Amino acid sequence: MAVVTMREALNQALREEMLRDENVFLMGEEVAAYEGAYKVTKDLLAELGDKRVIDTPITELGFAGLGVGAAMVGLRPIVEFMTFNFSILATDQIINSAAKMLYMSGGQFKIPIVFRGPGGSAFQVSSQHSQAIESWFAYFPGLKVVMPSTPADAKGLLKSAIRDDDPVIFIEQERMYGNKGEVPDDIDFIVPLGVADVKREGKDATIVARSLMVPVALKAAEILEKQGVSCEVIDPRTIRPLDLDTIIESVKKTNRVVVAEESHPFCGVGAEIASEITERAFDYLDAPVKRVSAADVPMPYAKNLEDLAVPGVEQIVAAVREVAYL
Amino acid sequence: MAKVNYEVGKRTPEPSRAGAEDKSATGVLDQEAPEAIDPETLHQENEAVKKAQKSRLEEIDRDTLVSLYHQMLLVRRFEEKSAEAYSSGKIGGFCHLYIGQEAVAIGAISAIRKDDYVLCSYREHAHAIAKGMSPESVMAELYGKAGGCSKGKGGSMHMFDKEVNFLGGHGIVGGQIPLATGVAFASKYKETDQVTLCFFGEAAVNQGAFHESLNMAQLWKLPCIYICENNQYGMGTSLARAMSSQDISQKACAYDIAAEFVDGMDVLAVREATLRAVERARKEYLPTLLEVRTYRFMGHSMSDPGNYRTRAEIERHQERDPIKLFAASLKEQGVLSDTEFQQIEAEVKEQIEQAVLFAEQSPLPAPEELFTDVYANPIKPGKQ
Repeated sequence: MAVVTMREALNQALREEMLRDENVFLMGEEVAAYEGAYKVTKDLLAELGDKRVIDTPITELGFAGLGVGAAMVGLRPIVEFMTFNFSILATDQIINSAAKMLYMSGGQFKIPIVFRGPGGSAFQVSSQHSQAIESWFAYFPGLKVVMPSTPADAKGLLKSAIRDDDPVIFIEQERMYGNKGEVPDDIDFIVPLGVADVKREGKDATIVARSLMVPVALKAAEILEKQGVSCEVIDPRTIRPLDLDTIIESVKKTNRVVVAEESHPFCGVGAEIASEITERAFDYLDAPVKRVSAADVPMPYAKNLEDLAVPGVEQIVAAVREVAYL
Repeated sequence: MAKVNYEVGKRTPEPSRAGAEDKSATGVLDQEAPEAIDPETLHQENEAVKKAQKSRLEEIDRDTLVSLYHQMLLVRRFEEKSAEAYSSGKIGGFCHLYIGQEAVAIGAISAIRKDDYVLCSYREHAHAIAKGMSPESVMAELYGKAGGCSKGKGGSMHMFDKEVNFLGGHGIVGGQIPLATGVAFASKYKETDQVTLCFFGEAAVNQGAFHESLNMAQLWKLPCIYICENNQYGMGTSLARAMSSQDISQKACAYDIAAEFVDGMDVLAVREATLRAVERARKEYLPTLLEVRTYRFMGHSMSDPGNYRTRAEIERHQERDPIKLFAASLKEQGVLSDTEFQQIEAEVKEQIEQAVLFAEQSPLPAPEELFTDVYANPIKPGKQ
């Protein structure tokens, strides 16, 4: 196993899947000549040519819709959003076309497309460039939503997403591209969609965390271990469909849950997870489910304010202590 | 200024009735949609269409002409029956009728091959039938029945049939324009010579999707033919009240795309303009914008109050009914006799009766259909 960055792992997945299937093509802003605003598409233009790796104008609704149309007739587009902030312009095509085409055509037109790019909080880029919007996409039946937290998961899940016959929203974390981890060398290595991963086993409390909050939760778990609280950290990896069984199984063991997320709390994925736990495992709970979320404000620019807006290790430690009545 | 492919095809520089003798631009309306028109001008307009059709008639084989007439009549009667079924509660939701615009879908789709693609807005019953879908499957879809082309899940606005490359009715104004651009992109990517027709109303031209798509289509040389059916009203808002510059074909200039202005009441003019565009698309992977001026005789949908235009205005356009105009040409040129016209009417009546019978008898979708077709690869979450 080689140790690579998240960026390199994603790059490997793109290259391998494009070599595997010539119907897969990649398009987006600056993906070709510039090699990606975050260098995820490095060397792909040189290796695969400009038929397969296509720089688009800044026209998100247009190229997202173009991708969906191409998918209707057998191609398998990977559409990169330079960041998911810009996907907001393309939501009509993602939601009204990609998510619903199979259903409203009575099963005739599947849409095998991946919309990918960085999302979540970034470093000091203020309100419009730093936000987590996965709950928007996860809301819609017809879409699948994936958020990896390690290089290995990123590679394995992206390969699965590209091979999947449904539209997949694949949200990478802008702050995590440089994170390193072991990635299997096997070209057939994939991580199936819809399967949560227990990132750390524990017995006293469960922390459900995704994307950027996974390493933060693991750090919190280390601190809590020293304080005598054994935490289990579960990363759903796929937000829709959500592997609730793994979460519920853990809750039945620990009886206490914290859901950590860097998105806004209101109508968020954490609210959904808390609700499901309440419905399915109420009798196992020794304390109310506790959420740790981003501050319910647009992201500020000033470093000190930004640090306050994004949840950190301390908040997760405090939340676990709260549900453990410590 | 960059070169503009305006020399391609014909286009009136200044939309006006004075251009009535031009082959591809007759009977253009004023922006303000006048209340009435003097009979002499109207007569001249219609004579001009007949004159233009006469020269075209001679170049087209009889079977094609008869088929065009048959199809126009079929979709007219289909829509009349749809209105009736809607009024009696058999059809629900929105129902956007095509009456008055038949020459556009029938003329344009007659210019393409079976393996070419068509995408439309939500006013697409006629296009679906023209592309080769059975009136039965379209009517059953309107009825929300299992035998409908989309298994009763799409309804009036979402007709689909993969077998004939009819890629939908789409309900968001302009939403189908990027999709069609993508279908054309795929044809080029796969190096086929299939072309894509993309139909939309003039109101969609104000959407970003239109402009984004035309830009990409010419940038990447995609074989997509954008057919703007300018029926002069976006729901109840007239073009004059919604568009600062109302010469739609001229908007192609901004993207260096070939454009034509076409009389949408003349089925042969639409067919010819589309044939020219198809040739460009098939041979050179080039897009075209056609502005086809037409008029919707019915309301925007079945729930239209109709208070935004006058009866006189509608009647004036009905004088230029595309089916009546074509029938007159066919009769004058001796293509069809009175008896043959009656035979076609009888055949169409029979087809519509069969469509209704099929829709009536088709079962409702099974309750379990509610949960099918959400995902092509449904995933049961968790370790298997």
